[in-house]
Amino acid sequence: MQRYVIPIILIALALVAPAVVYPVFLMKALCFALFALAFNLLIGYVGLLSFGHAAFFGGAAYITAHTVKVLGWSPELGILAGVLAATAMGVVIGALAIRRQGIYFAMITLALSQMVYFYALQAKFTHGEDGIQAVPRLPMFGFIHIHNDLTLYYVVLAIFLFGFWIVYRTIHSPFGQVLKAIRENEPRAISLGYNVERYKLLAFVLSTALAGLAGATKSIVFQLASLTDVQWQMSGEVVLMTLVGGLGTVFGPVVGAFVVVTMQTYLAEYGEWVQVIQGVIFVIVVLLFRRGIVGEILALWRRQRPAPAVAPAPAE
Amino acid sequence: MSTLFGVSTQALFGQLLLGLINGSFYAMLSLGLAVIFGMLNVINFTHGAQFMMGAFVAWMILNWFGLPYWAALVIAPIVIAAVGIVLERLFLRRLYHLDHLYGLLLTFGIAIIIEGLFRYQFGSSGQAYDNPIPGGQNLGFMFLPYYRGWVVAVSLAVCLGTWYVIERTKLGSYLRAATENPALVQAFGINVPRMIMLTYGFGVGLAALAGVLAAPMQNVSALMGTNLIVVVFAVVVIGGMGSIMGSIVTGFALGIVEGFTKVFYPEASNSVIFVIMAIVLLIKPAGLFGTAR
Repeated sequence: MQRYVIPIILIALALVAPAVVYPVFLMKALCFALFALAFNLLIGYVGLLSFGHAAFFGGAAYITAHTVKVLGWSPELGILAGVLAATAMGVVIGALAIRRQGIYFAMITLALSQMVYFYALQAKFTHGEDGIQAVPRLPMFGFIHIHNDLTLYYVVLAIFLFGFWIVYRTIHSPFGQVLKAIRENEPRAISLGYNVERYKLLAFVLSTALAGLAGATKSIVFQLASLTDVQWQMSGEVVLMTLVGGLGTVFGPVVGAFVVVTMQTYLAEYGEWVQVIQGVIFVIVVLLFRRGIVGEILALWRRQRPAPAVAPAPAE
Repeated sequence: MSTLFGVSTQALFGQLLLGLINGSFYAMLSLGLAVIFGMLNVINFTHGAQFMMGAFVAWMILNWFGLPYWAALVIAPIVIAAVGIVLERLFLRRLYHLDHLYGLLLTFGIAIIIEGLFRYQFGSSGQAYDNPIPGGQNLGFMFLPYYRGWVVAVSLAVCLGTWYVIERTKLGSYLRAATENPALVQAFGINVPRMIMLTYGFGVGLAALAGVLAAPMQNVSALMGTNLIVVVFAVVVIGGMGSIMGSIVTGFALGIVEGFTKVFYPEASNSVIFVIMAIVLLIKPAGLFGTAR
């Protein structure tokens, strides 16, 4: 039973949170938390640093915004279209990127995502600098009226929990164990007979589909898909969120996303300084707190309780 | 007017020259990245920001101190190299024992700090920098602005000079040895940490020199480096970082390919290098001049 205590408390908190906190802020944080979870699936559990995840986040946002606004699809179909688009992009970009490792993988994903950015800049349906604005919040499944922020919040929370559940199941499955084996020692995983490339590609595609789900949901919440979503700065932001929260921890990306989104909200009036402060946090975390907030807490926890009988929400 | 492949030769060679100019920058920047990666095992994400700072230092010493372009050509790389050496000593050095990815993340953080500070100070729109060698020469088949010819010449000279030093001199042999096996080279009494520090300074200085060369041709702006560096990363993936000459050749060649694309299919000119990268990854994943590592 004990292992359910923390999740139940967290979900209860999430259910009552809009009574205290502005729902739009919570929805933004949840979208980015899902985005960071998707990113962390790759860096934290396969050891692949993607510097191009904005392409999937923003690509899905564009497709969802376009299908809902121009084609008049309902939001759930629009989100599905966005996720499928991100998945398809993930298959192509992933198949290319996994041909190299480490630093090259990061550079390749960055370069290919820049190509998606240039496409979004030039294509007609994305409306260039304006983006796709005023995406209508049509009823979901015909009866959920998401034009109300509070209703939409619970929809976003459900989507987030669905994404979280997928990530959690993935990393605690035999498939996830193989991914961790690849992260720890790729040549050994190969020699044990695992088709490493296929595992990496599957993890990559799963990650891009979830990043797409985050971006698609974001475009419904903010009724907007714009170039900001596909820019490399966005890829950098998701790296920052995951790093601040803790690479390779289950809750790290969520904590990191809330910290970074909170910071952006409070510092929004200072303009360029937000970027400078984000850079400073990057440097500080890389130099001093490589385990991130959740990673440090877990390390502290383990030091105080050397052998817990029941590990609450294991980190990996 | 004479034509070639259905395009006027003036336009064709004009774009070719522009491509060669871009290629000069790709070559200088990817060379710097390759040299730094060889010694430090760090992909220097700050490279674009250092390129931009080089251009800004040139602009500052012209507008604040009244020193001409020719002085900037010497002073800016030295200033930026010095700043780079401080970065290396204070921060980068602490990460050598970790996964390479942390070096990338650290330099990314530094890059966005620098870019943010320059945007805060100077805005996103550019500052003009006067062309130090105005005018040009009509060669019959094309018009050659003197300054563009100068940029290509300087870049070629610097790249080949670097290649010569690394591949053909005693100092270069120490450097190559330290790239292969730093512990052994250190055991022979060579100060490897200092060599690493100076290598970083040199690579960064190259980026700053490229920035000074670029200043009179485009507006000096805070954003000039970041978009360029993403393309240079693709260039590095295509060439592979194993070979100095490989970086130089790939850089120039891709610039020229990009120039041709601008003539024949302008819509693709932004992405042609990325497409080539995808093709190279399919055919020869280690890069044209790379060895798998």
